[in-house]
Amino acid sequence: MSLTAEHVSFRYDARRESAAEFALHDVSVAVQRGSLTGLLGPNGCGKTTLLRLMAGVLQPGQGSVTLNGGSLREIPRRELARQVAVVPQETHPAFDYTVLEMTLMGRHPHLGLMQLEGPDDIAIAHESLAATGTADLAHRAFATLSGGEKQRVVIASALAQSSSVLLLDEPTASLDLAYQLEVASLLSRLNRDRGVTMVLATHDLNLAAALCDSLVLLRAGRVIAQGPPRDVLTAPLVQQLYNVEADVRFHDAAGHLTVVPIRRAR
Amino acid sequence: MTISESTLPRVAAPPRPIRTRLAITLAAYGGLAAVTCLLAPLVGSTQISLARVFDRSIPFADNVDAQIFFVARMPRVLSGAVVGAALAAAGVVLQALLRNPLASPFTLGVSAGSALGAILAISFAADAAFGPFSPVPLASLVGAFLAATVVYAMATRPGRAMSTSILLLAGVTLNSFFSALILFVQYMSDFTEAYRTLRWMMGDLDLGSFAPILGVMPLIGGAFVIFAMLPSSLNLLSVGSDIAATRGVDVARTQRLAFISSALATAAAVALAGPIGFVGIVVPHLVRLMTGVDHRIVLPASALFGASFLVGCDLVARTVLAPVEVPVGIVTAMLGGPFFLWLLLRRG
Repeated sequence: MSLTAEHVSFRYDARRESAAEFALHDVSVAVQRGSLTGLLGPNGCGKTTLLRLMAGVLQPGQGSVTLNGGSLREIPRRELARQVAVVPQETHPAFDYTVLEMTLMGRHPHLGLMQLEGPDDIAIAHESLAATGTADLAHRAFATLSGGEKQRVVIASALAQSSSVLLLDEPTASLDLAYQLEVASLLSRLNRDRGVTMVLATHDLNLAAALCDSLVLLRAGRVIAQGPPRDVLTAPLVQQLYNVEADVRFHDAAGHLTVVPIRRAR
Repeated sequence: MTISESTLPRVAAPPRPIRTRLAITLAAYGGLAAVTCLLAPLVGSTQISLARVFDRSIPFADNVDAQIFFVARMPRVLSGAVVGAALAAAGVVLQALLRNPLASPFTLGVSAGSALGAILAISFAADAAFGPFSPVPLASLVGAFLAATVVYAMATRPGRAMSTSILLLAGVTLNSFFSALILFVQYMSDFTEAYRTLRWMMGDLDLGSFAPILGVMPLIGGAFVIFAMLPSSLNLLSVGSDIAATRGVDVARTQRLAFISSALATAAAVALAGPIGFVGIVVPHLVRLMTGVDHRIVLPASALFGASFLVGCDLVARTVLAPVEVPVGIVTAMLGGPFFLWLLLRRG
């Protein structure tokens, strides 16, 4: 499995010609099988756009996104959904679905038209809930859950898709510290134990440093650096990325690089 | 310390699998619809007995009870069932599609567009015919598609999703626009014609024969064939269009099919009985309270319950002030108006 974006450019309003309108410009990213890749960058830098392109929700204006060498454009929606699952930043269902119903929706790409889920699908849904520590919430209404519980249930729903790639958009945003750690360890466990390839967009540099094998630094729609955290998570690059002076050092107790912002750069 | 409802875990028995729930739902709501349609024709100015209606020993030509049941009253009951089912199902589909529980053919202006088409046909082309078809369903369909296209264009506009307030304002605008045109058409027609269309605008299920029901069956059939394909995609669409796309739903195609099918169903209902309001809001909400929100259950259940609901409303309409008949649209509005306000308050 490999998910690759090659020289991808994208703009939301294709009618405008100026280069400034590009959400992404000539971005190339190769996601290796079994890896955990982090997308970093300031608000509006194109992280979510890149994830939506990698999910096939958007089509690139130039360049191509390929899965195992085949262009996403050519892969039918259902087929693609069996291989790539997405966890959006926030999920607001219009109706009051139960947790189990939300999770079972992950089975959609495996079911035919008008086919109802069977015992196997229900078993997979329960297993996905167990894997995310939400098994006891199965019959609760999704809307009544806390932010962290919701996020874990949406991850369970994505796991129920039985795909080998998981794309996550700021999975720990709006979660408190304890939930952040919980979701981080869940992702790390899923990556390690199930071999799920993951790409996550995040603002949390410490989370990225702790989890990811590889980081992609995006600024104004362009890649300014990519590589393992030890190579790209440096004070000069953090400053270039966010315009913030930061102290980057290895934290012995945490076991990974940590980034402490000091002040805005002049 | 207060314990809010949301902090208490909802203790409930694990729900039955979807197959069992669907079977129970179809049996229960189907049974209710069948019983309603069977009992409603018994009520009326002339007392008749069900036993005599189905008494095979009396020839049909001599069986007055059977004639009243099948010829005089059944067309009205069946048209109520068809219109109720069509409007309720269209409401479910529009609500899921627009991720908005306040959407319905009536609130979005699709009914009004359809009514304008029908009124034009009734006023100016009542005697024309396109092969076996009366012009009214066709004109209704054109009007429904016109209104649905406006809503569709607004709802699928790139960028932010449409907010409830914009959606409802768009519906109000479309309703006023089409109502003004309808009033103009009535103004231009002669007095008896204007009274006839005014009465029709209040919703009228009294068709006098089965022919008009058969006339809209192609529209109803088309709508329900599409409805049958939609429910699991509607579940995902109501969670979010990106999440639907990444779970394997062809979002653009589903949106198109949902708009086409709800326009077909609305056009059929309006062509048959005039623009009857609020069925598409009230019925899906009541059904969700009883069955949960899974569209694979809610859609068929709403269609069946919509049939019972409108037949029931029509029963009230023709008995409550007997011998005077209240237009059925007034009855649904008396129930639906306050219900809609209650929904608005509850959401706010």
